[in-house]
Amino acid sequence: MNLEQLIEKFQQKDSQAFKELYDMYANNICGVIYVIIKDKERSQELCQDVFMKVWDKSSSYNTSKGRFFTWLLNIARNTAIDELRSKSHKNHKKNQPLDSFVGKLEQDNGLENQVNTIGLQSMLKGLKEKCVLLIDLLYFKGYTQKEAAEELQTPIGTIKTRIRTCMTQIRQNSKL
Amino acid sequence: MDVAKYISSGVLELYVAGALTAEENLEVQEYAKKYPEIRQEIAEIELAILKVTEAASPGLHKNSFQFLYKRLGFTAPLPSNTKKIWATYLGWAASIVFAVGMLWMFLQNQKLKTAIEVTQQKRQTLEEQLYKAEQIITDNAAKETLFNQLRNKDVNVIALGGQKVAPASYAKAYWNKTQAKVFIDAKGLPEPPAGFTYQVWSLQLDPLVPTSIGLLKDFKNNGTAVFELDNPNESQAFGITLEPEGGSEAPNLEQLYTLGAVGP
Repeated sequence: MNLEQLIEKFQQKDSQAFKELYDMYANNICGVIYVIIKDKERSQELCQDVFMKVWDKSSSYNTSKGRFFTWLLNIARNTAIDELRSKSHKNHKKNQPLDSFVGKLEQDNGLENQVNTIGLQSMLKGLKEKCVLLIDLLYFKGYTQKEAAEELQTPIGTIKTRIRTCMTQIRQNSKL
Repeated sequence: MDVAKYISSGVLELYVAGALTAEENLEVQEYAKKYPEIRQEIAEIELAILKVTEAASPGLHKNSFQFLYKRLGFTAPLPSNTKKIWATYLGWAASIVFAVGMLWMFLQNQKLKTAIEVTQQKRQTLEEQLYKAEQIITDNAAKETLFNQLRNKDVNVIALGGQKVAPASYAKAYWNKTQAKVFIDAKGLPEPPAGFTYQVWSLQLDPLVPTSIGLLKDFKNNGTAVFELDNPNESQAFGITLEPEGGSEAPNLEQLYTLGAVGP
């Protein structure tokens, strides 16, 4: 069964198909949430919330919206950002600055062994800081091209060419 | 359209990130439908970002899907890895069937081997029986021939009586003069001692002239105890003496066992 057929079955509320999609993407979703909220247990809970929403909103996905993973990514980011804005999170993490995912992971290195920091670091090896920042904004934080341009105070066209360069580097690293 | 240029523009990276406007999104999808290179590129970008996000994961609880499944209100048993489990069971079942099959084949093979051995033994027994039967037939045929020869009308039967050395012994000579053959029935002679043999003599009487007509060779192993010898002589009597192995030039009359004269 290819991905399209699997998604179709899932949209017909096939729980087996849902499980397969969960197995395929749960770790990615959890990783995205973790990078945003930086709380291991809470991110695992929120990961479940995301898949609850995914199941409930399954009919709202269609291919014209983009890749299925992009759709999941969007739900995950929104869920994580809602969490950041929630009172409980603000109270819990008062003193934690909002930084990019690498900063957080570097702090955690050696402490949170569940996080595959070695894998992540090898993938980000040789990447310029502005690349890491841009990947963080676009893939993890869900910024649009325009928003990222504003945030980084660069022309909108530069965002495109830069993300191409950055992702090419990541792809090379991931093949090593 | 220049596909390579389009790919290298970075628009596909933004597409996977979901950072494009709805219009731009549709445009990418149109191109993706048309150009397999673009589809391929999108898949590769997605794979790279999947690796990055997975590497960032703090890990999942072992039964995380089960929790989710319950939270979604499902009461039916977890679909879980039915496929995989099924495949695993199938795998095990297949190997068990295979093992049983092998065992069965092995046992069958053993059975066949035993059957072959039994058959071979039977065959051997049958061959032995056949051989014996053939021997019997041959023996009977030989006896038959012998009888016929002894019953021949030209045969003159001479009884040879026991002499001083062995008064209890006796023999018979069946002499077919026309065929110049004599059959000695030595059933009444004792087995000769080791290193000695019986020698048969044709005798002319008055004056006494003995002529050797042969030895009773291999006395022990002659089942019928009938010996066939050539006798071209004008015999008047037959005598049998015990001589050293190989026979003698002249008879040792002290060891004359049997003697009988040819009737008129």
